[in-house]
Amino acid sequence: MINKLVLENLKHRPVRTLLSILAIGIQVTMVLTLVGLSKGMLNDQARRAEGVGADILVRPPSGAIIISGGQMLARIIPVVIEKQPHVTVASGVLIYGTDLFKSITGIDLASFNKMSGGFRFVHGGPFQHPDDVMVDELYAAQHKLHVGDTIQEMNRPWRVSGIYIPGMLARMVVPLDTLQDLTANTGKVTLVYVKIDQPANINPAIAALSERLKEYKIFSMQDYVTLFSPGNIPMLTEFIYVVIGLGVLVGFLVVFLSMYTAVLERTREIGVLKALGASPGFILNILLRETTLLAVAGSILGIALAYGTRALIANLIPGTLVQDIVYLWWLISAAIALVGALLGAVYPGLKAARQDAIEALAYE
Amino acid sequence: MSDAPIISIRDLRKVYRVGEVEVQALRGVDLDVARGEFLSIIGPSGSGKSTLFHIIGGLTPPTSGSVHIAGLDLLGLTDAQRTELRKTSVGFVFQKYNLLPTLTARDNIEIARHIAHKNGPLDPQFEEVLKLLGIAGRLDHKPRALSGGEQQRVAIARAIVNHPAILLADEPTGNLDTENSNAVLGILRGLNDRLGQTILMITHNPEAAAYGHRVVRMRDGRIE
Ligand SMILES: Nc1ncnc2c1ncn2[C@@H]1O[C@H](COP(=O)(O)OP(=O)(O)O)[C@@H](O)[C@H]1O
Ligand SMILES: [Mg+2]
Repeated sequence: MINKLVLENLKHRPVRTLLSILAIGIQVTMVLTLVGLSKGMLNDQARRAEGVGADILVRPPSGAIIISGGQMLARIIPVVIEKQPHVTVASGVLIYGTDLFKSITGIDLASFNKMSGGFRFVHGGPFQHPDDVMVDELYAAQHKLHVGDTIQEMNRPWRVSGIYIPGMLARMVVPLDTLQDLTANTGKVTLVYVKIDQPANINPAIAALSERLKEYKIFSMQDYVTLFSPGNIPMLTEFIYVVIGLGVLVGFLVVFLSMYTAVLERTREIGVLKALGASPGFILNILLRETTLLAVAGSILGIALAYGTRALIANLIPGTLVQDIVYLWWLISAAIALVGALLGAVYPGLKAARQDAIEALAYE
Repeated sequence: MSDAPIISIRDLRKVYRVGEVEVQALRGVDLDVARGEFLSIIGPSGSGKSTLFHIIGGLTPPTSGSVHIAGLDLLGLTDAQRTELRKTSVGFVFQKYNLLPTLTARDNIEIARHIAHKNGPLDPQFEEVLKLLGIAGRLDHKPRALSGGEQQRVAIARAIVNHPAILLADEPTGNLDTENSNAVLGILRGLNDRLGQTILMITHNPEAAAYGHRVVRMRDGRIE
């Protein structure tokens, strides 16, 4: 019965109800999209790193764990590494970030192919010339590229020599020497992928490498990919918290306003319920149920909208952003919405519960 | 049936404090109402009639004096106890029907039962009452689809569905035309005759007052 009253109350003011649900939904989508992008981008990077087929990764002594940059390794390092026991091949790559979401990766094709088994091309093939570029299918689709097209990067033209299946290292790959020269990093690389003869020898090889290259960061590939989580990206966790805080605030404000106007316009009805013997708790209960319903409907809408943003990203900019659907965060974002909404309902709810029935009924 | 009055009021005073000003709404009311009585109360506007109902009905506490409703002393009741009194012992009917606009007539009646923790089907006696009220066919409409007379009949049904000891009707015909007024007054009279429902009714209209067994007149917060 009380649920019927709650539903009818919400249906009575459809515009107010729908706007509240929409606002809560947008807030939920905001959180889900942000988290989905964080995880999606990181998982995608991790998958591509795994696609290389290396067993060990060597990073420069300083620099963030995941984001490229930091001190370059001298070209000599891959050569040194290759001489270590159990190492079958070591291949250095140079990563040059052109903007926040885009980077160009220089590789030494011979050693890289030996390690990874080579790129699998959909169209075209490996570089033929120093100013050739290879891109993955997603990048090609987003930028409508074909083999033989010319693209402009770093203020110079590159010819697309091949389009390969995604999941291999990077989206845009150029010859290592060319990129080194262009960025004044002649002889240097950002990191070195290492392949070991047998899995059982990975740990001994890491130990040996650590001994030889004391300052460097050396990971097994298996450990390395587990580092691709938001907690390891500087400020990302804080940023997610800020968005969550904003989400709670939006839910709070929207529901506060919505319930406050509802209480004002229902003064008489609340008086009637009290005259019928409804306790303050009964009145509060009605408003909290209405609020919970708004939050639940808003969360469902938000989850649906998150699929919408994902579809939009996948269709428009698949080569730049990747959004995952993170089921755990359905619950978390819904809980965030509910908390914000219930906080917003507290003041209007208490006002309604304490309202004097006689004054409410006295307006004639 | 006991002979003790169901309502017994002695020297009842009620002072409203509005900011700095004190309003003496009741200045020493004495009143006894017998069980099964239909009492009409008339008097000019502002004479304290509604305030008297609000105290009897447990919507507001008395300031001083004694008020006994079915043996219960209302002076010093807590808010929760007055809520209980409204839930179980009294039913209100107002001039402005005061149905919940979002609910159908049936659900307006159901919500009163729900608040009083009465669920399950309506008892057969109440089904008879609905027939008597002439609204049995209108129960699935929302208030805005009902005429004033129909709304007031639904409000009466809602007020008595939990079998309150006392029905308080504050100008129940104030918004109705003569025909509907007579119908509603006839219904109240019928409830009193057939079910022995104790009724107190406030009215401006002497003709309406004549439906009761007894008429008392209020002026300046007292019963004359
Ligand atoms: N809630 C209230 N707060 C302050 N004054 C009130 C309140 N209710 C009634 N009064 C005052 O008490 C007096 C009696 O009012 P009321 O009982 O409504 O009279 P009646 O119903 O006979 O017209 C009036 O002067 C009115 O202004
Ligand atoms: Mg009055």
